[in-house]
Amino acid sequence: MTKLNPKIPNGQLDQKWTNYKAHQNLVNPSNKRRLDIIVVGTGLAGAAAAASFGELGFNVKVFGIHDSPRRAHSIAAQGGINAAKNYPNDGDSVFRLFYDTIKGGDYRAREANVFRLAEVSNSIIDQCVAQGVPFARDYGGLLDNRSFGGAQVSRTFYARGQTGQQLLLGAYSALSKEIGKKTVKMYTRRDLMDVVIVDGLARGIIVRNLITGEIERHSAHAVVLATGGYGNVFFLSTNAMSSNGSAIWKAYKKGAFFGNPCFTQIHPTCIPVHGEYQSKLTLMSESLRNDGRIWVPKKLEDAEKIRKGTLKAGNLKEEDRDYYLERRYPAFGNLVPRDVASRAAKERCDAGFGVGTTGLAVYLDFADSIKRLGKNVIESRYGNLFQMYEKIVDENPYENPMMIYPAVHYTMGGIWVDYELQTTIPGLFAAGEANFSDHGANRLGASALMQGLSDGYFVLPYTIQNYLANQIQIPTIKTDLPEFVQAEKETKDLIQKLLTINGKNTVDSYHRKLGLIMWDNVGMGRNKEGLTNAIKLIQELKVDFWKNVKVTGTNDQVNPELEKALRVADFIELGELMARDALSRQESCGGHFREEYQTPEGEALRDDKDFTFVSAWEYKGDNVEPEMHKEPLVFEFIEVKQRNYK
Amino acid sequence: MDLTLKIWRQASSKVKGQFVNYQVQNISAEASFLEMLDILNESLVAKGEEPVAFDHDCREGICGACSLYINGRPHGPDRGITTCQMHMRNFKHGETIIIEPWRAKPFPVIKDLMVDRSSFDEIIQAGGFVSVRTGGIPDANSIPIPRRNAELAMDAAACIGCGACVAACKNASAMLFVSAKVSQFALLPQGRIEAQERVQRMVAKMDELGFGNCTNTYACEAECPKEISVSNIARMNREFLSAKLISHKEF
Repeated sequence: MTKLNPKIPNGQLDQKWTNYKAHQNLVNPSNKRRLDIIVVGTGLAGAAAAASFGELGFNVKVFGIHDSPRRAHSIAAQGGINAAKNYPNDGDSVFRLFYDTIKGGDYRAREANVFRLAEVSNSIIDQCVAQGVPFARDYGGLLDNRSFGGAQVSRTFYARGQTGQQLLLGAYSALSKEIGKKTVKMYTRRDLMDVVIVDGLARGIIVRNLITGEIERHSAHAVVLATGGYGNVFFLSTNAMSSNGSAIWKAYKKGAFFGNPCFTQIHPTCIPVHGEYQSKLTLMSESLRNDGRIWVPKKLEDAEKIRKGTLKAGNLKEEDRDYYLERRYPAFGNLVPRDVASRAAKERCDAGFGVGTTGLAVYLDFADSIKRLGKNVIESRYGNLFQMYEKIVDENPYENPMMIYPAVHYTMGGIWVDYELQTTIPGLFAAGEANFSDHGANRLGASALMQGLSDGYFVLPYTIQNYLANQIQIPTIKTDLPEFVQAEKETKDLIQKLLTINGKNTVDSYHRKLGLIMWDNVGMGRNKEGLTNAIKLIQELKVDFWKNVKVTGTNDQVNPELEKALRVADFIELGELMARDALSRQESCGGHFREEYQTPEGEALRDDKDFTFVSAWEYKGDNVEPEMHKEPLVFEFIEVKQRNYK
Repeated sequence: MDLTLKIWRQASSKVKGQFVNYQVQNISAEASFLEMLDILNESLVAKGEEPVAFDHDCREGICGACSLYINGRPHGPDRGITTCQMHMRNFKHGETIIIEPWRAKPFPVIKDLMVDRSSFDEIIQAGGFVSVRTGGIPDANSIPIPRRNAELAMDAAACIGCGACVAACKNASAMLFVSAKVSQFALLPQGRIEAQERVQRMVAKMDELGFGNCTNTYACEAECPKEISVSNIARMNREFLSAKLISHKEF
């Protein structure tokens, strides 16, 4: 018997959220003071939610892995944030933003959730401007917009190439304001070790203090996980080094279902891999595709000369270049969605047309735009990105075209949540990239920031009250309950086990091996044979890890090796679930490309008859096959079509 | 390239630290500085020794987690970048590189190269925000802002809170950090409303936490990875002075 109830409100699409808010339960001010909420994560979703809960009058405890909430990985988002303001008067509307998002996600997201996201998008911009976020402006002093992939309107607000930084600092300042007022208590440098369930309800968490190693118990009436995505399963990704999937993985093991784990976004414009010691990949904002043209040589022999260094890109004649995105997708050109752009790059490189010393790179060329607009215009739009590229690659992108290649960037999958962002464990909520909700099988550019802030500022502050209204009789939860004692003991045993294996292989060596298995088999192209093999390889890796890993140091101090080991142990299991999900989804949709299911032109082939559902996986025990539940996706208000960017 | 590393090792804030020498071999010029430290650490772990602890996260120069004096300079010899963006092509085969944690009283060492920068958070909590609540906000375009002011505010807002300014300053002054936040809000109409109170609160907190004063050496600007201008300090001094002249309250 499945527990999946998406709780979508009745009524017309544009009335659902209004109706929900009009009829939901609320908590009165004197009761709010008596209710505790734990928020894990201080990125856009976590910081925005915690600040808003504090303003409402709840007792809030926030936990983060960094030394400061300002360092959460939302900080690194570059390009922008979407909203349906229609300031440029170019035909945008809430419906169009909704439609583009659901189409961009290849019709694998819930209508009601996505519509709400589009509906609150405008309030986010208002909120951020009021906080002092210095968005780009035109000479009349009004807000400026740029265009992004998957849209035919300009609806992206931006702060140079540092939009994520500025939005996070806005949320961080709101959070700091509440910390100063003592409505919110901040716990820095804490790793979530477990979620504590009492009588079927989420009642607290176990964390490890990363400085002292102390294992701490914290209780609350509700717990929000806003801990980001799990792209670091692949070892190399654009995620920060400490970004991890452990919090949502612990929640999954405690009974929260995991939604669409295989939906991973491979971002088309990243700096190519250069060496085995490489620790992470660097993204070049998608906004660059506004003015950059993507190409590879038309002839194999030219590509070979370029790889050998005997021919320079700039010397290749115009007619010998293949602007393959403009050729294949004339309507959207270089601004096709990310999944389409990534696959097209892989296709050209696999066919032997790739450039760079490895052949795993394509050009992103600004020469035409510099000719058309002048170097200073390009510099004002992308100056910091060009500087970043030059520092890493040691080549001037104003003079030579950039070299880019796809890299793992974002995970659309995550903890399954209903319309209220509540997981299958009552009292446990998931927000931002940590949940699966709004992006379907592919996220459009500039929509992650929108979703994080929407969940944090404008959705959770309402929906969490609908739950907490039933908790007002419950006094502060005691942390000496047997469930807390047990969870703490399990955590300590786990740490002890890792520290005493004393094998011969470093933690990183396992992470690298896992990354390779994932990239080769659960990456841009997937097939039955590869996925079946990946599951086997990952299971073997897990056995090897628990027998032969070497974790130095002790638990009672700063110990980065132990932190990594705990995370990699979870990544290994998560990787297996991703492969299982990818194997069971016998269709191609969005970022999930099954090689068996494609059109003769190599485009993704969806199977709406059999796969218009969310796969929600239930944990059944260690080394036991998990069970998949299906949440059917019903499209009442839009017609489901084949995505076409031609 | 082969290198000798002279690295500060300190088990915790409670014990004394010392320099320890390490050798690394065959480092690629394309590797980043932190990747070079990764290679060292992986070799230490393989030998069963404790790796060197250092703060880092995004590795693309935006989170502000990485720090380090490299040969005596915050974020190393190159300008306008963080340690994580520094590549080994800036060093020569056979060189000795000295690596230390930030040294400033308000940034105590936690372990090895990690320091505690929570004092920066405390300064922001004292006033580095606009006191708006979530919701009930007028349309974002209802107050036009001159583009020049928006750009100057953005220049200041680019601060990543890494602490290089404090580390570079002989007085361990946090004036560049504080003035960047004060300036961002002072330049925008949304921030003007509380401008007088904000600057006084933040400066009072900065003094309380033991940061030194500014003596105009501009070392902070020279070492700032985001090249935040010292003109922000001048703006903060103006804001502070005028606030003090007409203030109703003592902070």
